[in-house]
Amino acid sequence: MRKGVMRPGHVQIRVLDVQEALAHYRDLLGLIEVETDSEGRVYLKGWTEVDKFSVVLREADAPGMDFMGFKVLDTTTLASLESALKENGIEVEEIPAGELNGCGRRLRFVAPSGHSFELYAEKEQTGKWGLSKVNPEAWPRDLKGMKATRFDHCLLYGTNIQQTYELFRDVLGFDLAEQVVDPEGNKAAVFLTASMKAHDVAFIDCPEPGKFHHASFFLETWEDVLRAADLITMTETSIDIGPTRHGLTHGKTIYFFDPSGNRNEVFCGGDYHYPDHEPVTWTVDQLGKAIFYHDRVLNERFLSVLT
Amino acid sequence: MGERYRIAVENSEEQFHCSADTTLLVGMERAQNQALSVGCRGGGCGVCRIRVLRGEYERKRMSRAHVSEQEEQNGVALACRIMPRSDLLICADPSEHAKTSANQSDNNNA
Repeated sequence: MRKGVMRPGHVQIRVLDVQEALAHYRDLLGLIEVETDSEGRVYLKGWTEVDKFSVVLREADAPGMDFMGFKVLDTTTLASLESALKENGIEVEEIPAGELNGCGRRLRFVAPSGHSFELYAEKEQTGKWGLSKVNPEAWPRDLKGMKATRFDHCLLYGTNIQQTYELFRDVLGFDLAEQVVDPEGNKAAVFLTASMKAHDVAFIDCPEPGKFHHASFFLETWEDVLRAADLITMTETSIDIGPTRHGLTHGKTIYFFDPSGNRNEVFCGGDYHYPDHEPVTWTVDQLGKAIFYHDRVLNERFLSVLT
Repeated sequence: MGERYRIAVENSEEQFHCSADTTLLVGMERAQNQALSVGCRGGGCGVCRIRVLRGEYERKRMSRAHVSEQEEQNGVALACRIMPRSDLLICADPSEHAKTSANQSDNNNA
């Protein structure tokens, strides 16, 4: 049952060189550069996103994900989710309003998978970039690179997938949209949604906690995905795989890496989910087809290359 | 294109040439050689960790999760973050983290 979590709101990514990373996320993905804060963190967003920022780049000596944040309906919802987390024995750290520029009070906790998540209710709304709020045109004309429209989801690798799934389902109100199960019925992967999307966050079972597989950005069309592939080659960007289609979610996709080795995805299309839908199930023996629908073979890199 | 150097892999027949303006890993890929595993190519995942046994190289910043400061002093590096300044003798030395995940992938493929 939904509990008032609306959408993925932000992801803070650690990078080895913030200027190189900015060039990648701004000029290649086409995210909009918003500002740099007093700590040197760089804020960006997709042009269709109404909130001030969705991607934060922080320079550090090891790449990976610092945290992923979800926006909830309002401050009352935030308070009730805070109580629910604590009642379930989850330690909650309060991050004061303004610690990220333009973002209200955040509640941070560590999931059993080893990843840090945040909930918040308020963020400055600057509107869609380059469009007027009334009688808006179809798109702004001066977008760069892949013209990524929004930060869409993260795929995370970690431990205790079943407990993580139960936390997201029971406390945060996510639905299980898609899953991979082994012959004993254990979940090897869970794709969770707080919306109609096939995933707002996904987890794959891994012996090491807290690993980052990718942050994903939405494009409108298959043509846009092919054009993204052209840009990856033109810029000699590190490619992972694609363009191809996933079995899971059926999205059309390409994977590549930022200059610090964090994986990115741009994709289009894919399944939708309503709360009365049964989860879509893939079996572990069909994992190759589940991940890469055309090759039907899993490349080892998809499972072992993480930050 | 910069000067080209010979990169030899210890205890194997493997060798390839890499120019001074190219990282070892990308140089290896361009030479159609498969001596080392290719991961993120950005100094993040640790899959291409090596030990440089002989020779000079320039290095870019690489993940401290895979190469500690002391290891870096002792010739451990990620092949995707170093560029040769002389002929090199190297050996593969995958990061513990990368090995754990790779074993996991073997299990899943079984």
